Amino acid sequence: MATNILMPALSPTMEQGRLAKWLKKEGDAVRSGDVIAEIETDKATMEVEAIDDGTLAKILVPDGTDNVAVNTPIAVIAAEGEDAGSVKAPAAATPARGGANGGEAPVARAETAPTPPPVSTAVINEPAKDLRAKDLPPEIPEGTAMVTQSVREALRDAMAEEMRRDGSVFVIGEEVAEYEGAYKVTQGLLQEFGPHRVVDTPITEHGFAGLGIGAAFAGLRPIVEFMTFNFAMQAMDQIINSAAKTRYMSGGQMECPIVFRGPNGAAARVAAQHSQDYAAWYSHIPGLKVVVPYTAADAKGLLKSAIRDPNPVIFLENEILYGHKFEVPKLEDFLVPIGKARIARAGKDVTIVSFGIGMVYALKAAEELEHEGVSAEVVDLRTIRPMDSATIIQSVKKTGHCVTVEEGWPQSGVSAEIIAKIMEEAFDYLDAPVVRICGKDVPMPYAANLEKLALPNAEEVVAAAKAVLYR
Amino acid sequence: MAAASSPVRGKTAPGKAQNAPSNGASFSTEEELAALRTMLLIRRFEEKAGQMYGMGLIGGFCHLYIGQEAVVTGVRMAAVEGDQTIASYRDHGHMLACGMDPKSVMAELTGRKSGASKGKGGSMHMFSKAANFYGGHGIVGAQVPLGSGLAFANLYRGNGKICFTYLGDGAANQGQVYESFNMAELWKLPVVYIIENNRYAMGTSVSRSSALTDFSKRGQSFNIPGEQVDGMDVRAVKAAAGRAAEWCRGGKGPIILEMQTYRYRGHSMSDPAKYRSKDEVQKMREEHDPIEQVRARLLANKQASEDDLKKIDAEVRAIVAEAAEFAPHEPEPEPAELWTDVLA
Repeated sequence: MATNILMPALSPTMEQGRLAKWLKKEGDAVRSGDVIAEIETDKATMEVEAIDDGTLAKILVPDGTDNVAVNTPIAVIAAEGEDAGSVKAPAAATPARGGANGGEAPVARAETAPTPPPVSTAVINEPAKDLRAKDLPPEIPEGTAMVTQSVREALRDAMAEEMRRDGSVFVIGEEVAEYEGAYKVTQGLLQEFGPHRVVDTPITEHGFAGLGIGAAFAGLRPIVEFMTFNFAMQAMDQIINSAAKTRYMSGGQMECPIVFRGPNGAAARVAAQHSQDYAAWYSHIPGLKVVVPYTAADAKGLLKSAIRDPNPVIFLENEILYGHKFEVPKLEDFLVPIGKARIARAGKDVTIVSFGIGMVYALKAAEELEHEGVSAEVVDLRTIRPMDSATIIQSVKKTGHCVTVEEGWPQSGVSAEIIAKIMEEAFDYLDAPVVRICGKDVPMPYAANLEKLALPNAEEVVAAAKAVLYR
Repeated sequence: MAAASSPVRGKTAPGKAQNAPSNGASFSTEEELAALRTMLLIRRFEEKAGQMYGMGLIGGFCHLYIGQEAVVTGVRMAAVEGDQTIASYRDHGHMLACGMDPKSVMAELTGRKSGASKGKGGSMHMFSKAANFYGGHGIVGAQVPLGSGLAFANLYRGNGKICFTYLGDGAANQGQVYESFNMAELWKLPVVYIIENNRYAMGTSVSRSSALTDFSKRGQSFNIPGEQVDGMDVRAVKAAAGRAAEWCRGGKGPIILEMQTYRYRGHSMSDPAKYRSKDEVQKMREEHDPIEQVRARLLANKQASEDDLKKIDAEVRAIVAEAAEFAPHEPEPEPAELWTDVLA
């Protein structure tokens, strides 16, 4: 009985990778546990082991193939005594569609067809169509050359550029140096800046958050990476009581120029304790700024601004977005101002306000609405605190209808704040009550179908937009 | 190994520091007088703050340092220009010892615009960049990672400065203290952790709260050396702080000083202190008072006369009286100040 070797997943959010190298060739005898190939993603490398004794009968995906989908058969092992030559390939191995622009394109899951894919992958499988030339935000001068980059690379470049510019900037956190980041965001920084400025910590969030704040009090500019913001709950007291309040409590004497950054929100199938959006939590606190970028360009320009900001900045990234690719302006010093929203898509019938990964649902919904003759304007908040309510209000005054989208919970959420602001400042312009599409009011479940139900999706946003338009 | 090789281990008899002779620690007349002045200033200031609290001029929480004056006074005598100090909410004495203006501290206590924090911080939250005093922190133990971060900045800049980080016996049971100890030793941060063991974490005695009551050993699992010090004897404090500072400045990393001390008043103004006997307090005051020890030595050694001491006392009282007169009569912050200093 022949055994298929499938493309493995290196993480819960990996969808595809590169088959870097075969270490065995067709016809070689292999034993269970032998390393037969190496695969890579932009985040990690891994060895593929034979899962049975026998002969490597067929290599289905050759060396150097990019975008090989998880669970694609990559080789067939013939059992001992079986005729390797007669072994058939189970299905053609198709490299994922899309190249540079469609980084996270959908792929057939040959071996797992009956299993529905997790919702987060299903939803984000649209190639990024963001930042078309006509939608360029004002901070990008016309005619600027663009380079295609993942959010991950953009974040790293932002840190590297600021570290070159200012010797008081350093990065500290778990696995940021030698491991190059649990999500490979700090790749290459240790090599360039050395262990003095790229500092691996023990697993000690409360401690290193406080230590970073103390260093900021002394005038350094720490970038504190949390492996995920779920772990920053351990450090909440220091972030709020020490970082956010000390300027005020000292009558303006003390400064705390610090950035807390890392992935926030749901990844995929990591359940309740690792899937939580903290945008609303931090946005409640005076003394903090809260930034949630969606595109790679915003990730880069906003992180650079955050590092230069004299205040504590909570910089919420998203694991699923790390691999998404966007056009990033090729500028020597590209800054995006904190506190300015961006019209991601212009429209006239309904305003959809979102931020971070919520933009994926918002933009997809806007596209579907367009097919149905509804022109949706999509506002990407980019900064949650201070919130650019002027841009929201201006859009709502134009459209008279509004839907908000976020992965966080509804009660006391960012949507609740947006809606309150609209009520205060644009009540008379509304033709219908605002509807919010949020994560469901439950801890995140593990099961794929339940996780899909717990998260927002584009269909909900479309339905909400039609509802506020009475269609 | 680090503990065993510490230059400061065994200088005083562990567990017996209260009665131990302050070996290796003698003061010149100038040092005795300087220590006396600082300790008296703190004592009189705190007595006045207590009175003003009772008159309703000071609000909120107010934690007095009376009885513990020798600790911060002795440590400051071993510090050099540029060394940082960070403390808990029992911080009035630390600010005065760091050279902050008593008027600005008292005006902060009364919530006035000329207070050290413009009236926005209060008793527990005062700062002075000029005096290298980094607060005044109201969350028990929070100042310990912060102080470690100040030390991290010193190491990052290679400026040779050290951070004196104060915590109490109560804070010594907080988790973030040990997170800090681990990082400080791992990276050899120039930080002196001063555990002011005044025997009670609010109303809970050390023996009821701490599995290991020898706080000088609290760094052992991180290889941080420690020493128990008679915190009522300013000479012993200064000598220990000097050894600790030398250890830090030599690049050897953090060190712990357990200052065995005693607070005469309650935890805060609202604490009737029924968890200990009046006799216990009386005995400490009569036999171990840090200020009386200096006075007695000055007189016995004929380094100062009764008149000299009376003169110092009068000078200190005048400084405190001026602050107490100033503070309640200053204007409150402008209403517009409500909205300033939230962000830069």
